[in-house]
Amino acid sequence: MSATIEKLSEVVIKFAGDSGDGMQLTGGQFTNAAALYGNDLATFPDYPAEIRAPQGTIPGVSGFQLHFSSNEVYTPGDYCDVLVAMNAAALKANLKNLKKGGIIIANTDGYDTKNLRLANYPDGVNPLEDGSLDGYKVYKIDVTRLTRESLAEVAGLGMKEKDRSKNMFVLGFLYWMYNRNMDFTINFLNEKFGKKPDILEANLRVLKAGYNYGDTTETFMNRYDVPKAKVEAGTYRSIMGNQAVAIGFVAAAQQANLPLFLASYPITPATDILHDLSKYKNFGVETMQCEDEIASICAAIGASYGGHLAITTSSGPGIALKGEAMGLAVMMELPLVVVNIQRGGPSTGLPTKTEQADLLQAIYGRNGECPMIVISCSTPSDCFDVAIEASRLSLEHMTPVMLLSDGYIANGAEPWKFPKAADLPTINVKFKTGLEEGEEKYLPYKRNEKLARAWVLPGTPDMQHRLGGLEKDFLTGAVSYDAENHERMVKVRQAKVDNVADYIPAQKIEVGAEKGKVLVLGWGSTYGSIKSTVLELIAEGHSVSHAHVRYMNPLPKNLGDLIKQFDHVLIPEINNGQFIKIVRDKFLVDAKGYNKIQGTPISKTELKSFIIENYFSK
Amino acid sequence: MSTAAVLTAKDFANELDIRWCPGCGDYSILKQVQTVLPQIGASIENTVFVSGIGCSSRFPYYMNTYGLHTIHGRATAVASGLKASRPDLDVWIISGDGDSMSIGAGHTIHLLRRNLNVNMLVFNNQIYGLTKGQYSPTSEENKVTKSSPMGSIDHPFNPAALALGADASFVARSMDRDPKHLQEMLKRAYNHKGTSFLEIYQNCNIFNDGAFEIFTEKSSKKMQTLFVEQGKPLIFGENNELGIKLDGFKPVVVNLNEGHSIDELWIHDEKDLSKASILVRMFDNPMLEGDHLPRPFGVFYVNERPTYESAFHNQIASAKGKKAELDALIAGKETWTVA
Ligand code: SF4
Repeated sequence: MSATIEKLSEVVIKFAGDSGDGMQLTGGQFTNAAALYGNDLATFPDYPAEIRAPQGTIPGVSGFQLHFSSNEVYTPGDYCDVLVAMNAAALKANLKNLKKGGIIIANTDGYDTKNLRLANYPDGVNPLEDGSLDGYKVYKIDVTRLTRESLAEVAGLGMKEKDRSKNMFVLGFLYWMYNRNMDFTINFLNEKFGKKPDILEANLRVLKAGYNYGDTTETFMNRYDVPKAKVEAGTYRSIMGNQAVAIGFVAAAQQANLPLFLASYPITPATDILHDLSKYKNFGVETMQCEDEIASICAAIGASYGGHLAITTSSGPGIALKGEAMGLAVMMELPLVVVNIQRGGPSTGLPTKTEQADLLQAIYGRNGECPMIVISCSTPSDCFDVAIEASRLSLEHMTPVMLLSDGYIANGAEPWKFPKAADLPTINVKFKTGLEEGEEKYLPYKRNEKLARAWVLPGTPDMQHRLGGLEKDFLTGAVSYDAENHERMVKVRQAKVDNVADYIPAQKIEVGAEKGKVLVLGWGSTYGSIKSTVLELIAEGHSVSHAHVRYMNPLPKNLGDLIKQFDHVLIPEINNGQFIKIVRDKFLVDAKGYNKIQGTPISKTELKSFIIENYFSK
Repeated sequence: MSTAAVLTAKDFANELDIRWCPGCGDYSILKQVQTVLPQIGASIENTVFVSGIGCSSRFPYYMNTYGLHTIHGRATAVASGLKASRPDLDVWIISGDGDSMSIGAGHTIHLLRRNLNVNMLVFNNQIYGLTKGQYSPTSEENKVTKSSPMGSIDHPFNPAALALGADASFVARSMDRDPKHLQEMLKRAYNHKGTSFLEIYQNCNIFNDGAFEIFTEKSSKKMQTLFVEQGKPLIFGENNELGIKLDGFKPVVVNLNEGHSIDELWIHDEKDLSKASILVRMFDNPMLEGDHLPRPFGVFYVNERPTYESAFHNQIASAKGKKAELDALIAGKETWTVA
């Protein structure tokens, strides 16, 4: 009855079940309760690739991983301490990521002959019975039966509807196990099902039944407590990367005092940005769902010409289609932000898995000499700042920018101590509305100190001009086939992008000394893994530092010098080695790569052992 | 905005040298557009010409308005974003048969169904001119070109029928060699609220000379063309002695001098979708031997329906009733405070 309460500093729970088992909701509820309680945390959902993958099979497993802690958290965790496996397929798909000795909470109803067969267990084999899980603590609970029993007196609901609340049983049980208050979820249910009293009643009952089950069953002797983290004081919210991109652009538009225009075509994992921005019409946001990827970037170019902060969002395959139009924006020297939420490639590749394999495409992947500013996001909340920064660079330098995020941070969530609107940077945009003193004639391609040309909106009297994709005269912008003019224009477009380095912050060392043996140099979503790995290595006395690059093109001016303070440079990437090519090319250093291309983030465990083995084992 | 001084065609032209081949039908179209714009009260600075790639797409360079010479097939898409975001502008799309019916056909149909209030002029010369003479998606079958030495095997599009099929709210056809008619069609296109699709038969005297001769030359024009006018019977022929009547859904030619009366004839009604469907399908190859129907010109179909940009901005206007505080958006629905 009175289980002992053990203190833990951190826990990783994986909620896994069939798509219909409600694991995303269960995980999300537990996450919010943990955040409210004061833990630091990070989460990552893991959806099936097919919308309607067959029930009970491994492709149909949906998962949600939560890492919560009394310390700072940088990743959703490599291995889990607790695996909630609602059926045999969920167990089979996730067992390899469960720590030795970890806890399995199994819904025994999901392990009947049919489910075992669907999960491809050989005939007659049940992992819950055959001793193969002896190295783990297995809690077998017949969740389906217990759910039905707790709803025996609730009339008006069919068996199917009753069974639908079984995720609440698991949630209640976990709340008991981690000694958590259920108020958050009770409030949530009241709000969600307020108009459906039967369903509300059922969910509340089952939630409490799960909690009480822990309390009254002798089987479970252990409860755990993960104390609050010492996080910075302030007001927080939970944020996912794609949400942050969307509100980041709304903020950028407001800071630039421009209307925001998004044209997009749905594509995983970028679509949520289109969904979110479509909800923000009250902020004047204009969203256009186009007939294809090409139309969407072209529509955005049209809106940019018309004086909007114009963006288009996509993922690798869509970015490939937008290539020619990006070249047009580079040539017409109009602002435009192209968002690439990277996924596994090539071709259709792995739509729901993460990868950082579009970096070279972003920097080099267009016809002709076609430089673009490229900046990357490192965490879900960082996406907010990067969206503003991408807009700033594009608008102030009058050139398109590519923003790189990926599926991992797009869908991952973390607590965010969000800024006040009043503290956001201003973006300076000035339309040219007429000739200035001493100016005789409007020269559309005349440049300022940033090498940016002036932005003149159609509708401005006496400033009519024509823009296009043909090579332009250096000053007048008229079509020019002149050989020397072409070379000059290629160089000036490059210089314009290169000069952005004068308007971005210097590269910092994230953790560790400014000089030492190994620099782990990362970019994008590997931030959390690298940072937590390096922190551990430093704590163990190793000479390792971490620097994380946001500005991929152009690179910060001091990056070369920063790198040269270290004996070794290691570049971990979720690709076959892309940033490493650029670093080697630009700085002539013998950087090494750590590359994992399995559609999943790099884990702290593997990176740490790689670093120790390669640099610190002698 | 600029003064309301009376503008002339010259105000819409600029001093740039025109680079089309001498004798190209594009010259006439440019001239008619420059003539018509001041007549319809267009303003120089509020007018934007957006083109794709091809001979015709050079057009914006020769106008003294705002202009975009974009990429192949995408003028429609660029213009859609521009018009949706800037409904105050007069947007004209200049495209050719390759640009709008081939590489950009996908965008053309979506522009038409969305019904943005823009004017789309398709210069149809039934050939690829800029790439020096390959068959286009509107070239007749068996066309011998550099890429089809044994004759093309592609079945052609009929642009007006395609536009009607894509629910265009205005479908018309004209020709470069009939300035009066072309000017009239340009005015009608401009005055229509919605996407105006105007197909213009344009002679490419270098790679497809005489493609439309039979419709444009004095000697054959009267027998081979049918100019439709709202509320008027369909009449053509040397002395307007021929008419079209509907036999069920089938158009047939009758001779008014041979016992048929004008009362039997099909009266043109541009609001009638069914009749418009028959009209745009009158697409016989005039070179074929034997009886065939004349090729119709004029406004085939007009339907006033809401434009995309008005719905687009109505939604925003109605959403704007809701509070829009950036701080609240950033904070989201659930926050917690750590002391
Ligand atoms: S090639 Fe044909 S269409 Fe092109 S400019 Fe010359 S005549 Fe005109």
